[in-house]
Amino acid sequence: MTINLEELASRCGEWLRGSGPQSDIVISSRIRLARNLADFPFIRRCNEMDKAAIEKACHHAIEQVDAWRSLIYVDVGALTAVDRQFLVERQLISRELADTSGPRSVAIERQETFSIMVNEEDHLRIQVMHSGLDLTSAWEQINQIDDLLDERLNYAFHERLGYLTACPTNVGTGMRVSVMLHLPALVITQQIEKAFRSLQKMGLAVRGLYGEGSQAMGDFYQISNQVTLGKSETDLIQQVVDIIPAMIEYERQARAFLVKESRKDLHDRVSRAYGILCTAQTISSEETLHLLSSVRMGVNLELIKDLDIPTINKLVIHTQPAHLQKLRGLELETADRNVERANLLKSQLRRGLGASDN
Amino acid sequence: MKCQNCEKPATFHITELTGPQPVEHHLCEGCAKNYLSETDPTATPEPMLANVLAKQIKLGQAAEELARLDQRSCPVCGITFHEFRTKGRLGCPHDYTFFERELTPLILNIHGEPKHAGKRPRCGVVAPDQQTERIRIRREMKEAIEKEDYERASKLRDELRRLE
Repeated sequence: MTINLEELASRCGEWLRGSGPQSDIVISSRIRLARNLADFPFIRRCNEMDKAAIEKACHHAIEQVDAWRSLIYVDVGALTAVDRQFLVERQLISRELADTSGPRSVAIERQETFSIMVNEEDHLRIQVMHSGLDLTSAWEQINQIDDLLDERLNYAFHERLGYLTACPTNVGTGMRVSVMLHLPALVITQQIEKAFRSLQKMGLAVRGLYGEGSQAMGDFYQISNQVTLGKSETDLIQQVVDIIPAMIEYERQARAFLVKESRKDLHDRVSRAYGILCTAQTISSEETLHLLSSVRMGVNLELIKDLDIPTINKLVIHTQPAHLQKLRGLELETADRNVERANLLKSQLRRGLGASDN
Repeated sequence: MKCQNCEKPATFHITELTGPQPVEHHLCEGCAKNYLSETDPTATPEPMLANVLAKQIKLGQAAEELARLDQRSCPVCGITFHEFRTKGRLGCPHDYTFFERELTPLILNIHGEPKHAGKRPRCGVVAPDQQTERIRIRREMKEAIEKEDYERASKLRDELRRLE
């Protein structure tokens, strides 16, 4: 299986392709469903044997689907810490699945549009990730995946409460819909807090790049539904879809304001960020993400003309600790990673410069 | 100087620089702790579930009643209400039925709605009793093995085989 992970490393997941509707601000659209098998306890009351039996049942069900012959099936418990971190960085598994113990696995579609986690907080966590604002087709895809599994497994379902989950906050549809946005101008103009407070009043949650509990890194934010019961899946999706145009508009207004009021400062800011990324000799992942965020906005505002969005999106992932180590092919200490990261940035960004000269 | 929130002496003097203008706070130890934990952006937000549960229990239950409730355990998976209350995770599908009285107001509080309105399994739903029966037998089998009561364990295994 390691060979397959190497194969992923040099590429970039579908959700980071950097295309799709509104992709200058909307990075990706994601839906996940939580499902449990009816004839096993929830994870908290499972021993190793139960978990192994659940894993076997789910693996068997996944193998039976003809269309899924090419999925990469990974035994997460058998992976090294770096490989687990690598899958977290790509958002193919959650931190919880990486850090927990006992039999657990993930099935990954090769284009990385979906993954199925087994023995996370619930027996099954199915997730679909698309580039740009694309929740409708993400729902069609995940609904079909769910049906295929449903034909082969016995889901825990309650007539009144719907799909039963280990935590009552997920009961009903078991669905979390999230859209990842890049909102640097709202951060610079200090309007972000205000925007988030109004989202929370509407029953939406705001999280950082890596979901629950993670801090916003590089001005990337995920907006998702809070409630999972009492509304249909399409209504829950609509609730998130409805708010996105307003967020995009706020961000565009803030960008327009910055261009109008302080074009020089803004141009200076993004150019300096670009300069540091191109020339640094050693650089941390936090600083990299922070600067890539500025550069990304600079490209979208055409202040930087010799770089494209897919290159930046790819660097957001490739400069993270486990990716650096996978790409280099060896384990590196923090200090060595910071040097390796600076080298990667230099080579990738200067390649961008070279390409535009042609 | 007194704490600006209570009568205790202010021992913490904090200047907040994150807003548009610096703001000074003079607080006692307790109030300072609250203030800092509220504004610390790196602190993960308290899980919504734990908050709601704590509120609900404070409002609704006397201490003895809560102690009694805490002891109740699900006949299928064996989880106690206390374990659910402190860890925030249920033990098996049957808990939704067994702890229904406690969970109903909690679920209403979280979701604002009592009833599922989304998709259903296309292949129909197996009777819940039959499903939870398997969980119960497996657990009792585990317990029998732990107690080295192999006779009972093998009886339970046969029972389980009949169901499967």
